[in-house]
Amino acid sequence: MNDVVAALGGIGLGDRLLTGPAALAAFSSDAQTAFQQRAIAVVVAETVGEVQAAVRVCHAAGVPFVARGSGTSLSGGSLPVEGGVLIALNRMNRVLRVDADTRTAVVEPGVINLDVTRAATPHGLYYAPDPSSQSICTIGGNIAFNSGGAHCLLHGMTSNHVLGVRVVLPDGELAELGGPSAETPGPDWTGLFCGSEGLFGIVVEATLRLMPVPEAVRTSLAVYDSLEAAGDAVAQIVRAGLLPVALEIMDALAIEAAEASVKPGYPPGATALLIVELEGERDVVDADAARLDALLTASGAREFLATEDLDERALIWKGRKAAFSAVGWLAPDYIVQDGVVPRTRLGEALVEIGRMSEESGIRVANVFHAGDGNLHPLILFDSAVPGELERAERLGGDILRLCIALGGSITGEHGVGIEKREYLPLMYAPDDLAAMRRLRDGVDPAGLANPGKMLAPEAA
Amino acid sequence: MTLVAASAADVREAVLSTDGPLLPVAGATKPALSTAQDTAATPLDVSALRGITSYDPAELTFTARAGTPVREAAAALAEHGQYLPFDPPLADAGATLGGAVAAGVSGSGAFRHGGVRDFIIGVRLVDGTGSLIAGGGQVVKNAAGFDLPKLMVGSAGRLGVLTELSFKVFPHPRATTTLSFEPLGRDAALATVARLARGPVALDALDVEPTPDGSRRILARIGGDPAALDARAVRLASYVEAPHERLAPDEETALWRDTGELRWAAPGALVARIPVTAPAIPMLDAFLAAHRAAARWTLGANAVWVAWPAELPPRELGDALAGLGLTAVALTGTGGPLLGARRGGAFAARVRGALDPDGRFAGADLA
Repeated sequence: MNDVVAALGGIGLGDRLLTGPAALAAFSSDAQTAFQQRAIAVVVAETVGEVQAAVRVCHAAGVPFVARGSGTSLSGGSLPVEGGVLIALNRMNRVLRVDADTRTAVVEPGVINLDVTRAATPHGLYYAPDPSSQSICTIGGNIAFNSGGAHCLLHGMTSNHVLGVRVVLPDGELAELGGPSAETPGPDWTGLFCGSEGLFGIVVEATLRLMPVPEAVRTSLAVYDSLEAAGDAVAQIVRAGLLPVALEIMDALAIEAAEASVKPGYPPGATALLIVELEGERDVVDADAARLDALLTASGAREFLATEDLDERALIWKGRKAAFSAVGWLAPDYIVQDGVVPRTRLGEALVEIGRMSEESGIRVANVFHAGDGNLHPLILFDSAVPGELERAERLGGDILRLCIALGGSITGEHGVGIEKREYLPLMYAPDDLAAMRRLRDGVDPAGLANPGKMLAPEAA
Repeated sequence: MTLVAASAADVREAVLSTDGPLLPVAGATKPALSTAQDTAATPLDVSALRGITSYDPAELTFTARAGTPVREAAAALAEHGQYLPFDPPLADAGATLGGAVAAGVSGSGAFRHGGVRDFIIGVRLVDGTGSLIAGGGQVVKNAAGFDLPKLMVGSAGRLGVLTELSFKVFPHPRATTTLSFEPLGRDAALATVARLARGPVALDALDVEPTPDGSRRILARIGGDPAALDARAVRLASYVEAPHERLAPDEETALWRDTGELRWAAPGALVARIPVTAPAIPMLDAFLAAHRAAARWTLGANAVWVAWPAELPPRELGDALAGLGLTAVALTGTGGPLLGARRGGAFAARVRGALDPDGRFAGADLA
């Protein structure tokens, strides 16, 4: 092990090679704090060459490595491997270029999500994927976990916006996948690399698709007396052929949490809130808004408001985007789930989650991307109460099983990571998983790139 | 000899019992994909593997067997006012969903919401080991496991035999209209395309067709609420200096259908699609013009369709593209399916090796 540290010392990192106990402790977990592991060294890389050199050292020594950006993974995706090397990419944070004519940006992996949009704004463009953590999470992590956000309904996930990547493979070799065009000739290697959770290597540069800033954005907030009524409204909007960019629902407990923390000023006494966002050119938004308002009125909304004012819109979204951290006001601990169900089975899923919550005596707050069936049950518990953690975890597992039984997925946007790897076999058949392992073994025969994430270690 | 498969089990059997490369074929509308450079490849006819297996309009998703004709899927969707936003070409000619995914080539309509890769959500395939494997799922948002659906886009039947596909779909625009602009010179056309692509009017299609005198005619289609269409058309026209004509409804339908059926290409020509960005177009365009190859820009100058004259060797096109760092997907002619530069390097080679360790597909064509 000390040989690896010595070899890393030969790369010329200077004080960017961290081996002290305090530094290693600081990197011992990500946003999924239930898991902690200690790396033997942290490499704070500033260049592609340094990433490559560090990976080569690890490969030569047979030591596992994990790449990390801001450490916002909710699935433990950037958790270090005990005794392995952590490669921190935050300092590779340059937007290398923005090309307005081709509507692309080329960025380093440590660039913060929102900084891509900041760089694109002067050109009338923006980067669409918007995970709730977008003010701190990095593009490298977004790509590794194919992050989503509230606007996936129309715009898709991260991988839909990544046109090409330059990657360091697990043995240190560089490969260029994709390119600047919206279309890729031949197999979509870039698409396979996105969402591979670090198991295929490290992205060191990415070409991103930018979109024109919409000239009109109209956010509606509708209040319902029941979660079912809000869910029905979503179904009606979809059936009417409207294409909002976002369709979000919060339940009473989530609303309570949001009000207790960031005080977005949601109408008091609401049992369910529906957020609908339309965006696009002026005439289109106006035409769609008229139809949407008629639908919301007919859907039994107790009241609703619609606004294009930037500050008012920001306030509506503030409550929604802060919901995860806000539940900290309701309980000392919580688990965030990320299951997906077919959107027509949302109502069924929510009723069942409510029943399971009652049965287990564990409270669950629901905020979810209703438009694409992506649930985010927030399971509230107090780890100081004996048995609560176990009951909360059991409930979480039951919710994931429910999602699979309804024909959905265990994760819509947070990734499998270390947190949900035991559940992957419930979703895919042994042959499917064997093929995934073959792909992993083919690209990384030594199994050194982020081992233990997505695919559980095989039983000996 | 052609093998025939009517089920995933048949495909498995064919893969396991055949020595040497096997190549899936269904609609045969893109013969460059279903022909191997190595002429010894055995065709595997999967056209009997057809039919929609699940479609709930309220879900905005559907699943069908890979040999299902695009036309059949489109008709089922149209009954509920929905469509395949990636607008697969050659639908009338008999293209299948599997072929559309294997080619990875979208139609002009993909400009609005994205290409094949943006709408495929699930896949079942038989890989080179004879395993029937599933990737993705039937829900629109899914981050579990490796994204095999995307890998199959553009795989040209060289990484596995597709048996079933799931897509997300969108509501069809309730009305459409198309403006045809007076031809411009190449540079002016490029600048105009760049301006239009940056909004604010959201276009369903943005193509540029060549005219006999070497100029370029911009064709822009908008779709959406019928009430807003007239005002939007006027607004769209205001962003282009050239005069325009608004096509009559039947004329615009025919225009986009003929474009998607590749009827603009001379019979016998090698038709290929070259993903590009605008800065690469002038040099590519000059080369193609010098060889009297018709070039049609599409997707807002993100791809160029080329009809390479039958009498010229495909290798000449491939060499030129390689020199420009570009790659073409050939749909017809010989020497395909890829011409020009290769991408993916060691990553591509390792993935191919993992899915097809014994070389049962014509994967060498991709390298």
